[in-house]
Amino acid sequence: MSIVLDQSEIDRSLKRISHEIIEHNHGLESVVLLGIPTRGVTLAQRIGVFLSTIDSGVPVGTLDITMFRDDLRLRPLRALMPTQIPAGGLQGKDLILIDDVLYSGRTIRAALDAIGELGRPRTVQLAVLIDRGHRELPIRADYVGKNIPTNAQESVRVQLLEIDGIDQVEVGP
Amino acid sequence: MRSRNLLSINDLSPTEILEILDTARELSRITDGAIKKLPTLRGRTVVNLFFEDSTRTRLSFEAAAKRLSADVINFSAKGSSVSKGESLKDTAQTLEAMGAELIIIRHSSSGAAQRLAESGWIKSPVVNAGDGMHEHPTQALLDAFTIRNHFPDHDRDFTGLHIGIVGDILHSRVARSNALLLSALGARVTLIAPPTLMPIGVEKWSVATSYNLDSQLPSLDAIMMLRVQSERMNDAFFPTEREYARDYGLGIQRLARLKNSAIVMHPGPMNRGLEISAAVADSPQSVILEQVANGVVVRMAVLYLLMGGASIPTEGVLV
Repeated sequence: MSIVLDQSEIDRSLKRISHEIIEHNHGLESVVLLGIPTRGVTLAQRIGVFLSTIDSGVPVGTLDITMFRDDLRLRPLRALMPTQIPAGGLQGKDLILIDDVLYSGRTIRAALDAIGELGRPRTVQLAVLIDRGHRELPIRADYVGKNIPTNAQESVRVQLLEIDGIDQVEVGP
Repeated sequence: MRSRNLLSINDLSPTEILEILDTARELSRITDGAIKKLPTLRGRTVVNLFFEDSTRTRLSFEAAAKRLSADVINFSAKGSSVSKGESLKDTAQTLEAMGAELIIIRHSSSGAAQRLAESGWIKSPVVNAGDGMHEHPTQALLDAFTIRNHFPDHDRDFTGLHIGIVGDILHSRVARSNALLLSALGARVTLIAPPTLMPIGVEKWSVATSYNLDSQLPSLDAIMMLRVQSERMNDAFFPTEREYARDYGLGIQRLARLKNSAIVMHPGPMNRGLEISAAVADSPQSVILEQVANGVVVRMAVLYLLMGGASIPTEGVLV
C-alpha cells in the first residue's frame, strides 16, 4: 500500500472543501451536512467544525443507506448504522452528502433514494475525500478532496484519527 | 445471525440476540422518522403459514414484511386444502413453488417449525411464529426489546433486572422463549404460577419459581402477565376463574405494590378481568401497546437478517 494523502493533506482538502461549500451556496444559511457511515460521518463532523470556524455552524446528521442498497443480495449481511436526521429536516435545504470514497456510485444512488423518502431538499450536493473513478452510474461529486486514478483490482483505504487512530489514505493491491 | 432459520431462542447466542435487538433499534429510528417504507426486500416473497388462529402475530409479520417492501402471501388453515387433508409438507412445497422465499409458520404442534426447516422439504428459511406449547421466539425478542427501552442502563446486559412471568406457564410458549432469552441476557427470571400450571421439569430451566405472586411483587422490574389459555385446557387447572384472578391476577392493589419504575407486560390477547384487570392494562405502567409496536420492528429486523444478505451456506441445516 502506498500513502496518497497524509494528515496535513487530508486537513487541507477538507478545509478547501469547506470553503468551496460556502462559496458555492453563497453562505451557509440553508446548508445541512449528512455523513454516510462510517467514515463519511467523521468527515461530515470535521467539515462542520471547519464551517463553524470560517463562517457559521450548520446542522450535521448521518444517513445509513444499507436498507436502500441494490446490491444487498450480492454481499454478506451488513449491520445497520445509526441514521440521525437534524431537527430542521431536509425540506428546502441545500443538502451536502459526505462520504469517504466515491467508486461505483451505488452508495450515492441508495442515498438519493433514502433522501427522496425523507423530504425534498432544494439541492443535493456530494462531497467526497477520494474519487477513484470506475463509476457504474451517472453520478459525480461536487467537491472532491483528491482524484486518484485506480484500477478495479486496487483498494483504497481511508483511515481517520477518530476511528483508526491515524489520518491517512492508502492505495494498494 | 449464524443460523438461516429462527426456530428457538436456544439457537441464538447473546451476541446474536443483541444483533437482532440493535438492528431493530436502528429500524425503529428510521421508521419512526419520515421513512415509513424501506425498499430492502422489494420483489421478495414472504409467506405467513398459519395453522392456528392469530391476530397480532400474523398482522405484525405482515406489517413488517410490507414495510420492507416484500410481497406477502397469507395462508390460514381454515378454508384451505388443509381441511381436505393436505399435509404440512405438500402445503409448504406448494407455497414455495409459487415463489415463497421465507416461511413464517404458526402451528399447534410443538416442533412443527423445526420439522419444516430441517426435513429438507423446502429451501426457504423458516421463522417460528409459535409452535404448540414449545416456543415463540419473536415474542421473546420483542419483549426483550421493550424491556431494554425502559432500562437504558441495561442496554447490553440484563444482569440485575428481576422479571416475573406470571400465570399459565404450562401452556405458554411465550413463557418458555422468554425464560430462555431473558436469562441468556443475564436477567433474574421468576416463573410465578399455581402448581398445576407449572410445567414438569421446570427445575431444569435456569429460572426461579414461586407459587406466591405477592411475595415477588416488590422486587420485580418487569411483570409479564400470561393469558390463561382456556383453549388448551381440557382439565381443571384451577377451581374457578374468580379464585385464579384473586391469587394470580394483576389488579390495582397489586400494581401499587410494584416499584414505580416497574413495567407491566402482556403478550396479548388479554382476558381482561382474569389475569389482568382493565385498570392495570390501561395504566401508565402498562407497556402492552408498546410491545405491539415493537413487534413490528423486531420482526423487520429478523426478516432483514434472514433475507437481506447474500445467502451464505451455513452449517448443515439444509440437506
